[in-house]
Amino acid sequence: MMQKVFTRSKTLKDCPTHYCPGCGHGIAHRLIAEVVDELGIRGKTIGIAPVGCAVLAYDYFDVDMVEVAHGRAPAVATGMKRTNPDKIIFSYQGDGDLAAIGTAEIIHAAHRAEQLTVVFINNAVFGMTGGQMAPTTMLGQITATTPQGRQADGQGYPLQVSELLSILPGAIYIERCGLNNPPNIRKAKAALKHAFELQMNNAKGLSLVELLSPCPTYWRLTPPDAMLWIQNEMTKVFPLGRLKG
Amino acid sequence: MTDKVLMCGNEAMAESAIQAGCDAYFGYPITPQNEVSAYMSKRMAEEKRVFIQSESELAAINMVFGASATGKRSMTSSSSPGISLMQEGISYLAAAELPCVIVNVMRGGPGLGNIAPSQGDYFQSVKGGGHGDYHCIVFGPSGVQEFVDIVPLAFDLADKYRIPAIILADGIIGQMMEPVIIPQNSKLKTQNPKLPQKNWALTGADGRKQNIVRSLWLADGAVEQHNYDLQAKYRQIEKKEVLCEQYKVDDADIVLVAYGISARIARGAIERARELGIKAGLIRPITLWPFPSEQISKTADKLPVFLVVEMSCGQMVEDVRLAVSGKAPVVFWGRPGGGIPTVEQVFEKIQELTIKPKKK
Repeated sequence: MMQKVFTRSKTLKDCPTHYCPGCGHGIAHRLIAEVVDELGIRGKTIGIAPVGCAVLAYDYFDVDMVEVAHGRAPAVATGMKRTNPDKIIFSYQGDGDLAAIGTAEIIHAAHRAEQLTVVFINNAVFGMTGGQMAPTTMLGQITATTPQGRQADGQGYPLQVSELLSILPGAIYIERCGLNNPPNIRKAKAALKHAFELQMNNAKGLSLVELLSPCPTYWRLTPPDAMLWIQNEMTKVFPLGRLKG
Repeated sequence: MTDKVLMCGNEAMAESAIQAGCDAYFGYPITPQNEVSAYMSKRMAEEKRVFIQSESELAAINMVFGASATGKRSMTSSSSPGISLMQEGISYLAAAELPCVIVNVMRGGPGLGNIAPSQGDYFQSVKGGGHGDYHCIVFGPSGVQEFVDIVPLAFDLADKYRIPAIILADGIIGQMMEPVIIPQNSKLKTQNPKLPQKNWALTGADGRKQNIVRSLWLADGAVEQHNYDLQAKYRQIEKKEVLCEQYKVDDADIVLVAYGISARIARGAIERARELGIKAGLIRPITLWPFPSEQISKTADKLPVFLVVEMSCGQMVEDVRLAVSGKAPVVFWGRPGGGIPTVEQVFEKIQELTIKPKKK
């Protein structure tokens, strides 16, 4: 008898995605879908799609979903969770969404200890709009709006949102993982699962998992080189590991 | 509280919202509407409902968006500069067809302006305010009792048409105390049983297909079609939901058009004019959108002079002119930036417009 050992997650729809070859969103979606399946929470989960490359996430996740204004997901999530404490609410946000325009919303959601699960995709650029500098862009990194490479003088340093959030009492679990190799991807899944479990267990505070995610298109690298760039460059500024909880 | 009680407009409106089944209130401090959030912080806790003082008006309107997307009755209140910050969210609410109630206790503008009563946000409220082609249902209450009575109607119409409803009050309506009766309906929560179930709401896709709430449609022609669908809804609202009061209009040589507190002042001036035999009347739009264009147009056929009185430099007057459509003269008089017209000033304007030239 042949045994089926690998199959599509029920929480993922059976359709091709619009993501570029080598993009990390597909991996992140898959991990979240597996976690939702394994925890058996599809029927009570509500997802929030950001503005950015993942704006169409509701086309891929088979859960109730809302697409919201740029950066505002933590405020929308707050409105949802407070009025529906029995539901599991997660937001899925990129670095432009969460670390630039939505900085106030994520800090204050954590500050209020909202019982939310936040998935933060850090790929060091604005992908959707054409690869502009994000707050998380690395020094020296060439983007559409830093043609000479990002300079600290005038353009600032890469913003470490997870470190910022981890000092807030209302943030109960913060972990940074990489989507760059199988061991790190397995760690990322464990982190996501923990973040959802905390909410299921009514833990009083916000959980956030930051995922360093490859963007070969706007890093101008091949997909394998993009994975190496995460390991060799990004983790210098964004070290992997559990920051809180 | 089925008896008459003496309350300020902001507090009475807030209690009315609770009685109308408001599940969640989100707000950020700004004068002159702070009584609303102070009242809500106490009463919503008593009712075991949701009250959040948000970090900004941006967050407040997006919290409303979140609660509303799950089918809960939710509201926010603010004053002019704060409502400006909410415009992004209001455009998204309109596009995603989410019901909610937004109370604007208007103050002087533009900019930070002042904290005195004003009606300078008419354009912002009835012409869109945020980006894109959309409307909100907009009410202009002229007293504390009407402020109270409009709240349940605003929630019901918002739910019925899946549209944001704005209550456009001003610093006087919000702050002044009047005797009011607040209808008691404390069993009502989330869903008015007389209205259609919210099958579109995000409640978890347990045993059903996924629900999606969104304002983005990338497919070719999809947003164009969505706009046509929204417009069809707006035409229905224009047809069915206009509210307006007419006072002594039938024989009037001069018809004042005013809403909110300006209408109360205008009415005082009309009484004085009538005492002196001047035939003055009032058309008072209660819904500012949909606007009572038909009522004004019919009145224009009788060829009176129209005098539009606003606490602004003249905003609603544009809609009156459109409705009158050149059939009769339309004159504007108002005071902007927190200036409050007096009965005397409006009366003088009525006199000026109705003095007949002496025969030679």
